Amino acid sequence: MRRQVPLAITFIVGWTLIIAVFIPHPPFGQLGENFTTYFDIIAVFAFILGGGNLIRVHGNKVYKKRQDWPYSIVTILGFVVVLIAGLFKIGNPDGLSGDLTQPGSLFQDLYTYIFAPLQATMFSLLAFFVASASYRAFRAKNKEATVLLVAAFIILLGRTPIGGYLTFWLPESLSFFHIPNLAYWIMTIPNLAGQRAILIGISLGVIAMSLRLILGIERSYLGGEGERS
Amino acid sequence: METGFTLSNTIAAILTIGIISFLWKDNPLYKLCESLFVGVSAGYWFVSLYYQNLLPKLFDTLGLTQLFTSADIEPGAIQILINEGRVDNSFLYLIAGILGALMLTRLIPNLGWISRWPLAFIVGTTSGLYFTTYFQSNAMAQLRSTILPLDSIGNVVIVIGTVCGLVYFYFSKEHKGVMGGAARVGVWFLMITFGASFGYTVMSRMSLLIGRFDFIFSTWLGLTG
Repeated sequence: MRRQVPLAITFIVGWTLIIAVFIPHPPFGQLGENFTTYFDIIAVFAFILGGGNLIRVHGNKVYKKRQDWPYSIVTILGFVVVLIAGLFKIGNPDGLSGDLTQPGSLFQDLYTYIFAPLQATMFSLLAFFVASASYRAFRAKNKEATVLLVAAFIILLGRTPIGGYLTFWLPESLSFFHIPNLAYWIMTIPNLAGQRAILIGISLGVIAMSLRLILGIERSYLGGEGERS
Repeated sequence: METGFTLSNTIAAILTIGIISFLWKDNPLYKLCESLFVGVSAGYWFVSLYYQNLLPKLFDTLGLTQLFTSADIEPGAIQILINEGRVDNSFLYLIAGILGALMLTRLIPNLGWISRWPLAFIVGTTSGLYFTTYFQSNAMAQLRSTILPLDSIGNVVIVIGTVCGLVYFYFSKEHKGVMGGAARVGVWFLMITFGASFGYTVMSRMSLLIGRFDFIFSTWLGLTG
């Protein structure tokens, strides 16, 4: 019961959606769209679960006064304030019927002055870590690493003004080696070939994994790391 | 966004500096900003998903919004049942609502296993949809685009690169002889791809960083034009 029902649901839903592609008539024609909507609705409940878990984990941390517990208060406060500001549209000029992201609403201000700066800076921080990683990766230890190094370097230079300045003196007959042109060629020819190989590989992997899930061969999502009981 | 040394800009600037301060070392200001980011982003996505998915796709469709508020929107399944006496197809969305609610049983230790049902629905939907969409739009479309006339160097490189890249991913046969050579060429193409992606990632992160510095020096402090 605990395993058979979910396996049956996966099997029926998966096969129904595959068969629906071959029957473009009602009700099959709309099934893909309907199931995607159901998926979206269920995903929100998964998020509710996630929010509840966040409160539980950080609430426990505060209650038991574990290491760095004051920061957990900040997390909970941040979550609750944005939640209340958004769900009740506090400060929204048109009240509850207005648009969520209307200028002047507290939710929009929290987004503009807290969420957006934090998110952008957090991601921009990766620039430094990437630079540090590239220092290690870019030491051309072998031919393959050298190819990666050269491609990345050309792309980096080709997408900035300095790339153009470095090779502007090249004659027309050698314009292919003008760094922005070279960067464009790398992006549209060898990079495209590599991307295609990766995409096709990923697709075949996704198709195989989908079949494994639908047929119940892959059961790790049920917990217990693929037990067959 | 307003410019100048305002309270809201100062808060944004302090948060920006707080995150950047991690480059010096892990410090209380960074931890504070990080914790705030976790809470605020969870709240933000929760609210966004509620207004983008749950409200219009479940509550409005079933007619619950109209039942409890005076919102001026299309009648839902409940209103159609009351006014016209017929059961609308929208009632099927109730199944999604029930499945979603079952997801919350994970919080109850003895009933946690029921949460596998909505999870199974999600896995089944994803598998069913991805099986066909990946086959059509990725595998077949990419293969079709690779079948090119070998009348230019570019086309030859694309065909060789794609085939050799795929040979590299084929692990059922040992990479020796012709297979080994092709796989080796494939690795070079993949390295070019990774290099290009790496270059692009660095560029995008740098532009974000420039944006933050621009905010601090231009928008907040007003030091530049």
